[in-house]
Amino acid sequence: MDKKTGAYLCQGCGLGDALDIAALEKVAKAEFKLPVIKTHACLCGDEGVALIKADLEAGAVTLPVIGACSPRVMTDRFQFPNAQVLRANLREQVIWSHPAGDEDTQMLAEDMLRMAFTQATKLNAPTPWKEGEFATTLLVVGGGYAGLTAANEAVKAGHDVLLVEKSAQLGGSARGWTKVVPSDPPYREPQDNPLPALVAKVEANKAIRVARNATVTKTAGMPGKFQIELSDGSTHLVGAIVLATGSRPYDATKLGHLGYGASPDVITNVELEIKLASGKVTTKNGQAPKTVAFIQCAGSRDPAHLPYCSSVCCSVSLKQAIQLAKADPQTMVYIVYEEMRTPGQAEEFYRAAQDAGVIFMKGKANKVANGAGLTVTVADELLGQEVPLGPLDLVVLATGMVPNSTDVDAPAQEYGAELLNPDINPYPAADESYKPAPIVPTGGPILNLQYRQGPHLPMLADGFADSHYICFPYETRRTGIYACGPVRRPMDMAETADDARGAVLKAIQVIANAAEGASVHPRVGDLSYPKIGLSACTKCRRCTVECPFGAIDETEQDYPVVNPTRCRRCGTCMGACPVRTIAFDNYSVDMLSSMVKAVNIPDEFDEKPRILVIACENDAYPALDMAGIARHQYSAFVRILPVRCLGSMNLLLINDALSGGYDGVVLMGCKPGDDYQCHFVKGSAMAKERLSKIAETLKSMQLEPERVTMVEASIADSARLPKVIDELVATFDTIGPNPFKGL
Amino acid sequence: MNPKPQSQTVLVVGGGIGGISAALEAAETGCEVVLIEKGPSLGGRVAALNRYFPKMCHPTCGLEINFQRIKRNPRLKVFTMSEVTAITGGPGNFKATIVTRPRYVKPNCTACGDCAKVATSEVADAFNYGLGTVKAAYLPHAMAFPMRYVLAPEVAGTPEGQSIKAACKVGAIDLDEQPTHFDLSVGAVIWATGWQPYPATNLTAYRYDALADVITNVEMERLAAHDGPTKGQILRRSDGTPAKKVALIQCAGSRDLNHLPYCSRICCLASMKHALYVREQHPDAQVDIYYIDIRAHDKLEAFYRKLKADGQVRWLKSKPARIEPGADGRPVVCGENTLTREVYAEPYDLVVLATGMQPSAKPPMETAMDDYGFVVGHEGGVIGAGVATGPLDVSMSVQSATAAALGAVQAVRR
Repeated sequence: MDKKTGAYLCQGCGLGDALDIAALEKVAKAEFKLPVIKTHACLCGDEGVALIKADLEAGAVTLPVIGACSPRVMTDRFQFPNAQVLRANLREQVIWSHPAGDEDTQMLAEDMLRMAFTQATKLNAPTPWKEGEFATTLLVVGGGYAGLTAANEAVKAGHDVLLVEKSAQLGGSARGWTKVVPSDPPYREPQDNPLPALVAKVEANKAIRVARNATVTKTAGMPGKFQIELSDGSTHLVGAIVLATGSRPYDATKLGHLGYGASPDVITNVELEIKLASGKVTTKNGQAPKTVAFIQCAGSRDPAHLPYCSSVCCSVSLKQAIQLAKADPQTMVYIVYEEMRTPGQAEEFYRAAQDAGVIFMKGKANKVANGAGLTVTVADELLGQEVPLGPLDLVVLATGMVPNSTDVDAPAQEYGAELLNPDINPYPAADESYKPAPIVPTGGPILNLQYRQGPHLPMLADGFADSHYICFPYETRRTGIYACGPVRRPMDMAETADDARGAVLKAIQVIANAAEGASVHPRVGDLSYPKIGLSACTKCRRCTVECPFGAIDETEQDYPVVNPTRCRRCGTCMGACPVRTIAFDNYSVDMLSSMVKAVNIPDEFDEKPRILVIACENDAYPALDMAGIARHQYSAFVRILPVRCLGSMNLLLINDALSGGYDGVVLMGCKPGDDYQCHFVKGSAMAKERLSKIAETLKSMQLEPERVTMVEASIADSARLPKVIDELVATFDTIGPNPFKGL
Repeated sequence: MNPKPQSQTVLVVGGGIGGISAALEAAETGCEVVLIEKGPSLGGRVAALNRYFPKMCHPTCGLEINFQRIKRNPRLKVFTMSEVTAITGGPGNFKATIVTRPRYVKPNCTACGDCAKVATSEVADAFNYGLGTVKAAYLPHAMAFPMRYVLAPEVAGTPEGQSIKAACKVGAIDLDEQPTHFDLSVGAVIWATGWQPYPATNLTAYRYDALADVITNVEMERLAAHDGPTKGQILRRSDGTPAKKVALIQCAGSRDLNHLPYCSRICCLASMKHALYVREQHPDAQVDIYYIDIRAHDKLEAFYRKLKADGQVRWLKSKPARIEPGADGRPVVCGENTLTREVYAEPYDLVVLATGMQPSAKPPMETAMDDYGFVVGHEGGVIGAGVATGPLDVSMSVQSATAAALGAVQAVRR
């Protein structure tokens, strides 16, 4: 069916008063020769919507362009079955941000329509990628509490599971524990370990195939079609992966200052668990200890060891202390701590330990000496001096956890090793007193991803797996692979179980969407995907390197090949491509460039500069909408071009803008770096990187470098951005008009 | 074997970050979802937060993405101004009764703002915790979803209501709107009603009622927000001057058998964020944090270290005994330092009480709950999500909500 674009111009919300609607109709008619041009007093009302619907049903129009309010509102009203819709934001970003009845406001509105009508000529309905069979089985890596929970829960949702465990038995690090920290009310008593029952449940479940003594030697493919090869030589097709490799205790041999290794009576919390499980806690003399001290943060919260708090050690020590105190009420049990961390309902467990007679000493344990009994030297914060605590029969080091984000027993691989020493570091460099070295995990990859960007799942500088989002904790940079449990963040068993359920939900969700050719978070349901015109491709590899999600691999001939279900549709590849040969059906450099060129550029004697603002549609664009809602005013000389992510901004757009006579170009995107706010992790960082290379181009065009600038914008900048825009317009004014104008 | 579910629809109660996340995750996995929110717009407590710890990013950024997800998803239906009054049945076959209160503004509202222009009376601004007022016809806030005005019930039956109605060019005002009831058959119920701040008025020794410059942590969020009552300037409530010497009092209610016996988890970190707000505004500002234990759990330790590096932030281990009015009108924080044993009486420009979180609503059916009112377990009943299950930060709430969505998917796919 031929594309027939229709223009629908709204006169409501003051649009009819502030703008010359007849002149807008003229743009549609004279310049774009649109077959259908209609105006209405309230387009979003029943009558207005019916008007559009009737034209669509009659086949008079296939693609309505609605000149009214922002595309962020009335989306439900302007949704029509099987039809794409374009919106020109004449309300929030024109009449609410600029004076009514003004010549420049009118010119802005006309250009907005020109951009939308031009976009319409370049817009095609996306055809989803659904080639071949899609698998629904889940691969769960790790047979500890997180992995067992994940496997069990996935089956309850109707999915088969392949559970891979490196060791000979299921259960993981907490397998032998007798009691665990309480998660059920009244939160006062150590609870039975849920693991034995869970292991039995998983082993009895026919929908779960368990591979013991096995590791993953290859993961190729993409969500819905991962091809897995195990160390036993078997191959499997799975739809999604849950990474539940857990954690291991911090290496206590590095804690010599706390007496580890000097006496068999200085043990770790894990070693005490083994003794508790044996039913017999004794010292080297074979006697039950009468005086015991727990040392908290043994390795944790220490820049020389682990920079983070391991989260569970306080509660675990409380549990062990209660177990010892209850076994023999005559035993003196001390807990030496700096901050007692029992968040939430766990506070009750802290009270239970106090009630059980456990003695708490606030201070840092500086050293443990071995003489006539053990002595802990405590920098007592209450007394303000060093206090010896002893003689003690047993000292327990509450060692923290280290995430198993790599396989420590596997050989390291050079390829893709940069993902192990990543640039996203939550620890502030400004603090000289606390400057932990980045944790570079040792060993080899767990999943052995056959990806162009390497075999590892990307991780953060503290050694934990993605994500570093607050709102979207499961969004890793490898689509379809979801980390859960302590490999993601230090957490206790109850939280681990919850986390495993969450990861399973994400896994079955990606399986459902991949089969439909639909994107997952954040552009959920997007059916478009990048297509690469190989005839123009120069094999420069920028797209394969820059994709934040590692979605593009390379053929043996070095051509890029897109794995559609890995793609999150940000368009960073399209922004990276120097020859514009990557395009989505409904989003391309050609489309954006044509929109840029659709704007009328007055000649220099009109003294009406034109500034192109390329704005991230997730943050900068809504901020500009909200500027309109608050009626903050700014220069009407700007032309705003929303992009999926600033990462999809191709430098050629800037070229086109400047050679076309724009006087300046402003990029508005999210904060990059350690505390990134980009919804595609690296998009705005990539744009920044590209921009650093524009100086050469500008020089060759004999243009001032100040004509192109990048502004870090957040969604909360609705009051700030109008000022920033006005300042930039003033700056461009002092530089003077673009000499390319009118050429 | 359990019987086949009678309904495949998932009901999510509560439109804060927990409920939104649970609803979206279920809908994006293929479920039909109905999301019920008591207030006029979605976003709950997080919509009223200025920024998140530890990244200091804006909650509206994630909300925007979530609202886009909702707008795109035909399987998710949202009802605002609505509450669930009764639930019967069990997994696979629940019946829920929902009551929708009048908004007096119909869905054809275009959010043009003509109604607010003619409104003359002002009502307390709920979004800003009553720190200011809004016109009786108002948009809850600039990010409101749905983007629709609300008419305060106070003016519905007045001549002012009539003039507001007359001002609406699209006829969206319905002054005669009545509460409506409807029943839903659903296969699973996710309870995500979140929290409310522990009432600071209960902490009588801190004189929250009497002293204008003693405020709560949630109010601090609005003072620091660019769209708040002071446009982001942290000003004293008494005289509007900048607050440059600020006390942040931890465990105001929490970890206290007379108030909330549990730890509210987020307050230490929220207070550190507040210290940053103040320090960013004034290079010479002094912030004192009174605490029992600093609970910067797991990776959030990094945020604590960031604050520890700032010499203008002091850490005082003490639970203040009381707050007194000073001779100059400033609040004076009094108590004994647990470490130094010094008795102090320190005047401040502003004192912020880190009040804890308590569960805000109880499911209208028999539900396993702990003594504090948090939903525990979900065998056979509603599935708890977010802070309805315990004091959680945003990331953990989303995690909990995603887990709850799986529970719902399991119930309706059975």
